[in-house]
Amino acid sequence: MNALPDSLLELIRRTSAEIPDDVHQAILAALEREKKGTIAESAMKIIDQNIALARTKSQPICQDTGSILFYVDGPVTLDQHAFEGVAREAVTRATRSGFLRQNSVDSLTGRNDGTNVGPGSPNIHFHQHPSADVSVRLVLKGGGCENVGAQYALPDESLKANRDLDGCRKAILDAVLQAQGKGCGPGILGVCIGGDRASSYEHSKQQFLRRLDDQNPNGELDKLERDIVETSNKLGIGPMGFGGKTTLLGAKIGVLNRLPASYFVSISYMCWAYRRQGVLLDPGGNIKQWLY
Amino acid sequence: MTSLTTPISESTIRSLKVGDEVTISGTLFTGRDAVHKYLHEGGRLPPGVDLKGGILYHCGPVVIKDEQGNWKCVAAGPTTSIREEPYQGQIIRDFGLRGVIGKGGMGARTLEACREFGCVYLHAVGGAAQVLADRIRRVRNVYLMEQFGAPEAIWEFEVAEFPAVVTMDSQGNSIHRDILASSRAELQKYL
Repeated sequence: MNALPDSLLELIRRTSAEIPDDVHQAILAALEREKKGTIAESAMKIIDQNIALARTKSQPICQDTGSILFYVDGPVTLDQHAFEGVAREAVTRATRSGFLRQNSVDSLTGRNDGTNVGPGSPNIHFHQHPSADVSVRLVLKGGGCENVGAQYALPDESLKANRDLDGCRKAILDAVLQAQGKGCGPGILGVCIGGDRASSYEHSKQQFLRRLDDQNPNGELDKLERDIVETSNKLGIGPMGFGGKTTLLGAKIGVLNRLPASYFVSISYMCWAYRRQGVLLDPGGNIKQWLY
Repeated sequence: MTSLTTPISESTIRSLKVGDEVTISGTLFTGRDAVHKYLHEGGRLPPGVDLKGGILYHCGPVVIKDEQGNWKCVAAGPTTSIREEPYQGQIIRDFGLRGVIGKGGMGARTLEACREFGCVYLHAVGGAAQVLADRIRRVRNVYLMEQFGAPEAIWEFEVAEFPAVVTMDSQGNSIHRDILASSRAELQKYL
């Protein structure tokens, strides 16, 4: 795995500077939909220019590096401890090069040591699988969109939301309403129905590993995903909350078992600057294939 | 499109209406969470920072030093403004701000301060860090860096044709308030 340090640095650079193609296509479709001459259209044009400029200059799409979330799938022989050390070093190098902002702050002292490495940062999820392949996916999730995430416990009387899919729908749409443009819309929702408070939010974030143009294998959830996007886009919140036709670019919903006493619906909001990339590595740690 | 150059007069600011697209040239000072709390608690502006007639930008940029040791801003989009709602009205009043740039909009107290003291809220496109950094011609200075760290420091930028939209004006209008109300009413139709 000699090439791992440089491969992870390149993964971070590309994630930060280049929007994945599926997201770019959705943004172009949204730009086309907005009424000409409106401030919503202006905002979408600036977003499109920004995507091109970031790629050309190899600089961050958004200045808010956000949470640095690695998802690593590998065989039993993968040395997770060593991998973590290399990932932390790659994050520090990427920060020095300006691909990432100095974004990790000691919660008690307020000190920012400028490395982006500390308790909880970067956040690395390891998953063992039976194949010999090692894949590394990275999501950079900004703080503005993280702040508009929400967790509901059903039943919720104020929303008239019961413990069923219609209740989930009401909770999800309420989260869209509350978010308005504050999470840098048009946004993408990652939702988890069920789980405990922690696993539910975690699973909602993992939905962001899915491609925007995929289809949920569960028919009912697929229908709900489409309905959430369609209904949200009728609300007139629009890009940046300026009013307009595109409030959401997508919604992805997953499910975990729950306890009889709990029924959580957790919603993570991703901004349009949806930074997600992944690599498949060869045994030397070289990048064999890009995953998005 | 209206071109604004800092410092900006009260009459110019009062002529702006919600929905107006503007470009700003001149000086922008950044200030976000730590700066607002510091000023609210009686902290003094460092010598060299003059906000009178000026614009405060809610932004935590990515700034690096180039080979010659000069600051270079590589990413500079707006941060969410509503966190400064407890402080913003007072800062508009005390320091004579004519504009605040951010994203997501602000609340009733800031709107009232805009009306009373002649100020507007300017919405930049959130996440558009490259387009906006491109309009920063020079990083003139940085203040309170040691104390607050790079994202939270006060950066002094020289900008040319920095784009934004007036979403809260000095006549008491707010796009954010109106769209929250209309989208809430609209949602009722689909529940």
